[in-house]
Amino acid sequence: MITLTHYLVLAAVLFGIGLFGALTKRNAIGIFMGIELMLNAVNLNLVAFSRFITPQVLVGQTFAVFTIVVAAAEIAVGLAIAITLYRERSTINADELDLMKW
Amino acid sequence: MNYVLFLPELLVAGLGLLLLVVHLLWRTQDGSRSFGYFTAAGLAAIALYAYFNLGVNQTTLEGTWVSDPLAAFFKLLFLLAGILVALSSISYLRVIKEYFTEYLMLVVFATLSMMLVVSAGDLISLYIGLEFMAICFCVLTCYLKTSPKSPEAALKYIVINAFSSAVLLYGFSLLFGLTGSVSITGITQALTASDPQPAVYLALVLVLAGFSFKTSLVPFHMWTPDVYEGAPTPITNFFAIGSKAAGFGLMIRVFLTVFSATAGTLVLLLAVLSFLTFTIGNLVALPQTNIKRFLAYASIGSAGYIIMGLVAGGRTGVEAILFYLMINVFSTFGAFGVASVFGSTVGTDEIADYAGLSKRSPFLALVMLLSTLSLAGVPGLAGFVAKFYVFLALVHKGFAWLALVGVVISIVSVFYFLRLAKVMYVYEASEKEPVRVDASMQLALAASMVVTVVFGVYPTPLVNLVGQVAQAFLP
Repeated sequence: MITLTHYLVLAAVLFGIGLFGALTKRNAIGIFMGIELMLNAVNLNLVAFSRFITPQVLVGQTFAVFTIVVAAAEIAVGLAIAITLYRERSTINADELDLMKW
Repeated sequence: MNYVLFLPELLVAGLGLLLLVVHLLWRTQDGSRSFGYFTAAGLAAIALYAYFNLGVNQTTLEGTWVSDPLAAFFKLLFLLAGILVALSSISYLRVIKEYFTEYLMLVVFATLSMMLVVSAGDLISLYIGLEFMAICFCVLTCYLKTSPKSPEAALKYIVINAFSSAVLLYGFSLLFGLTGSVSITGITQALTASDPQPAVYLALVLVLAGFSFKTSLVPFHMWTPDVYEGAPTPITNFFAIGSKAAGFGLMIRVFLTVFSATAGTLVLLLAVLSFLTFTIGNLVALPQTNIKRFLAYASIGSAGYIIMGLVAGGRTGVEAILFYLMINVFSTFGAFGVASVFGSTVGTDEIADYAGLSKRSPFLALVMLLSTLSLAGVPGLAGFVAKFYVFLALVHKGFAWLALVGVVISIVSVFYFLRLAKVMYVYEASEKEPVRVDASMQLALAASMVVTVVFGVYPTPLVNLVGQVAQAFLP
């Protein structure tokens, strides 16, 4: 029997993996992938809560759909900027984008 | 459903779409200039409408849309900020050169997004508003595509923003799980009904971290100086006067309602954030050599003072924040506005190049002096009254130590603002050529300085206004 706790633990682990990826990756695309994992952990949380706590109302699912859509829009802008930056500087490694610091 | 409640938003959206369509007929440099004035005039008309509807207090769309005086006050603030940014963008046209109307459209939509954020009555619309705002600002930050700094700043912004949104959303998902509701009133009712569980504290920390990224509180401020330096200067200005205010508007709405059950912990965390923010922001501003970076740190520092209002909480705290944010629009606009004119005509953002500005343009030097002194909180200018109210609210709630440290750091900040004044007024200019200021920019800068001086001497109208707004929000 899979309970709410299983889902929550899975989501927490997924969030942790995403967080680790986002903080340790050097490449901007890698960082975006880590963030996507974090957002998916959130979606899992939302859907699981919705299924177990408010099974009659689909609030959590609605929220998850919106999260997916908005995240896709944000990543689209992010990738466009990554391409612009790559044309200009030939790198998207986070530690080489150090034109401005302090 | 009552459409009148979101009439200002509909009008702003209409203005943005109109710009997008009409400019195809008129693609000249002069055309772009007149579209700038048209945008400012349109926003001004909507601001006038918003001002006369400050008293409306209703919700619609099943509670996802809140039209209360708090939201209306912030909408007025964003519209004023939008007008000033549109006017200052006209003189920035020589840097942006192409796609200027699309730029104006994005400014209008950024204004719209911030208006949506403060009217959100549930977590879903709140999140969508925030992301809408982030995407508009991100594209605007990247607008100087061929400059090396602008895309770098935009990438840093979008990455940090996506990251902070994920953290914020995780907190939201926990709140939803704990209460089974996504509406702010529903969550508040469920959380105040019983003693808070440990998970509420986890949600509190996650949401606080997410909001701190948006309002760039230390230690979540690392993106701010880079983005402020890389973005086109009018957009830097919009970040400092608009997007930051939207973050604080959300904080007022969420923290004083949803987390009132955990108020003790919240106040402690906010007090620590406030202390870190105003000390580090103001002290790191000292060694900066780039004017935009310098003002960015000064702006981080002032966020530390604004957050003091939330530490104090209650009606007086809300009043102090609202007053501070409104004054911040005009004072900060003056400082970044001068940086915008100087950067676009002389082509440099280094503080050393401001030497002898009082000879090259007495007007710009005076505006910079007045606005930085107002930011530092020198008596006689509006910034002083704002800081005074914040400190007063803090002392009333028994946080005299925080207020005391705040005053000391504030005096340090006077020193580094005076250093800038010394560069402008005492040092000899290496070039004698006068700096020309466009009519649009003269208008915007003069208006913001008049407001700064008038509210410094006679703040009563604004005090009464924020009093009414706070009264309606916390009866």
